[in-house]
Amino acid sequence: MPSTVPSGALPAPQRLPQLRTMLRIRRFEEALIDLAQAHDVGHFHVYIGQEATGVPALALLEDGDVAYSTHRNHGHLLARGVDPNAMLAEILGRATGTNGGKGGTLHLASPAHGFPTTSASVGGPLPIAVGSAFAFRELGRDRVSVALFGDGALEEGAWHEAANIAALRQLPVVFLCENNSVGAVTQQAGDYPSSTLAVGTLADLARPFGIPAAVIDGSDSDAVHAAMSDALVRARSGDGPSFIEARTVRWPGNQGIWAELVTGRVQVHYGWDAATIPDPHRAWFAEHDPVVRAVREALAAGAGRDAIAAIDADATREMAAAVAFALASPWPDADEAFANLYADPRVNALATGRRAAK
Amino acid sequence: MTATEIRMVDAIREAMRAELAADPSVVLLGEDVSVGGPFGATKGLQDEFGAARIRDTPISEAAVMGLAVGAAAAGLRPIVEIMFMDFATLALDQLVNHAAKLRYMSGGQLSIPLTVRMQAGASGAFGAHHSQSLEAWLAHVPGLKVVAASTPADAYGLLRAAIRDPDPVVVIEHRALYWGRGPVETGEAAIVPLASAVVRRPGIDATIVSWSRMTVTALAAADLLAAEGIQAEVIDLRGLQPMDTATVLASVRRTGRAVVAHEAVGFGGLGAEVAARIGEDAFDALRAPVERVAAPFTPVPAAPDLERAFVPDAAAIAAAVRRTLARPDPRRRSLEEGR
Ligand SMILES: Cc1ncc(C[n+]2csc(CCOP(=O)(O)OP(=O)(O)O)c2C)c(N)n1
Ligand SMILES: [Mg+2]
Repeated sequence: MPSTVPSGALPAPQRLPQLRTMLRIRRFEEALIDLAQAHDVGHFHVYIGQEATGVPALALLEDGDVAYSTHRNHGHLLARGVDPNAMLAEILGRATGTNGGKGGTLHLASPAHGFPTTSASVGGPLPIAVGSAFAFRELGRDRVSVALFGDGALEEGAWHEAANIAALRQLPVVFLCENNSVGAVTQQAGDYPSSTLAVGTLADLARPFGIPAAVIDGSDSDAVHAAMSDALVRARSGDGPSFIEARTVRWPGNQGIWAELVTGRVQVHYGWDAATIPDPHRAWFAEHDPVVRAVREALAAGAGRDAIAAIDADATREMAAAVAFALASPWPDADEAFANLYADPRVNALATGRRAAK
Repeated sequence: MTATEIRMVDAIREAMRAELAADPSVVLLGEDVSVGGPFGATKGLQDEFGAARIRDTPISEAAVMGLAVGAAAAGLRPIVEIMFMDFATLALDQLVNHAAKLRYMSGGQLSIPLTVRMQAGASGAFGAHHSQSLEAWLAHVPGLKVVAASTPADAYGLLRAAIRDPDPVVVIEHRALYWGRGPVETGEAAIVPLASAVVRRPGIDATIVSWSRMTVTALAAADLLAAEGIQAEVIDLRGLQPMDTATVLASVRRTGRAVVAHEAVGFGGLGAEVAARIGEDAFDALRAPVERVAAPFTPVPAAPDLERAFVPDAAAIAAAVRRTLARPDPRRRSLEEGR
């Protein structure tokens, strides 16, 4: 059936809201990295540098659509409106977290926002996303399932097996590959961090299955918007899966295994006064930072500097409040560790030997 | 050679370095091993031995395990690093259906000298996909060998033995132990036979059987008990498959009481195997039922508090020992009843 989702560039009035979501994600991640200096947060992965992929792509989803995400999920959930208070609390393992503290950063979930689960097993969620698309088809629901994954997931067999089934049955699934290793595919295998794939263009992996594939600049929100719009039309029209390779240049703070705020916090005025960008990360901010780019685009669409600065101040305040909320939140009750293993509380008690207090 | 105090993660690297130097057929395969992996266990090895022998792989656990099996069948001696034991799940067909069975199925014609290092265990709030202790699955498979060290010296000695072994050996490394220091002797004499349990602390009142991080916890429990005048003997199993049950049984025959402590969940865990062996072969020596101390039957929760509660602590092990001691001695009781 035809869809009302328009193809092409984002309408000008949506520039500022889009920038707002991207800034909220950025300020969230920066706050988290700071928090990890003073508190034992454990290992986590940040979405810095990829905001222009997740924000416009997920803005196109409708109620009832689902998206499956990875270890790098924070930006995805924020883009769909999950409460940053509950997310930070979950990352700190507090009772007020999205998952009651039992999931942690790698497994933030909010089915109410279309995130049934996020998986830390690279490639693991791809067949699951295809499974949800299969269910939508079987149940006659006009819904779409989106698999969000990194370039590394294409190295797992699960991708190939999932793509085959999706193509065989022409299922309503979008494979959105966030390739944050730009340059790396042409680097020598073994360079770090890099994808370790023999193919030069990751999207080529979709072609043998007959899955339409697009290669786009993942820091270009218009390109993401257009490619995702097309993919969703295809899925909702019964024309099967799509593959999008969104390429982004890795944020310098993500070069190692632990995220570090080596660039310092982004400043919105980098968008109108590039001369103020400090070395040594000038090039990344000026050429590759999706947030700085979105500031420039909002200006071009007619937004004022004051309005942008105000949005930023709001986002910064919101995330500072989220940190305070998370730190003030209680730890989960010890009995919570035994709850929710099985649906039936009696079975739960039988298996765990503990009766969960509820 | 004199022993120097080093961290377990460095002892693991030294063991690989020694075998890489001794045998040109030894190669290392794994995700990001060229830069040391997430915890630095392989750091510097590529500089020393070259990119041909220290190979980064795609994130393809199944294919890499299969690759290593095939390479072992064809004359190499591969070490595979599984970044987190949880992701051994992806490689189980190659490990369980192939590596473990090829010698047997071929009627002894084939040898698979493969070492699989798996970093495991709960610590640091990594959550349910990065914290599991799945040794019981692997020890259940005929044809696999499984070992787990609790000290840097054993991490060194067991890994060298594993690499030299003609059969597939899974070496479980607990990340909570990586940064702990201990004396490590290097050289041939420091190699530890795979199926050799060791008495870490002698005692006469009860036997605690444990491995990996739980041995460290068991020793702390023995300290707690010593303050109450209870002398617990602590056995570090080291080899989980094959298992040196003789050392366990000899101890239990002396003490008459046994507690098995492990970090894996209790149901179907190796504690059940140890308890059953004691019941079968040392029943007459037992003065109390064998106690098991294990993690609750749940995935590993991410919240730091819940994770801490998930992992058995010294107090839990000490309490189990006290329970075995609080039991009336069945032999005394039957004597009294007969009177
Ligand atoms: C099955 C599996 N193997 C290994 C890992 C360890 N690991 C975590 S993130 C990662 C790299 C993932 O790269 P990519 O998919 O490109 O995602 P990115 O981190 O670049 O967003 C690896 C190897 C894992 N989580 N799951
Ligand atoms: Mg990547």
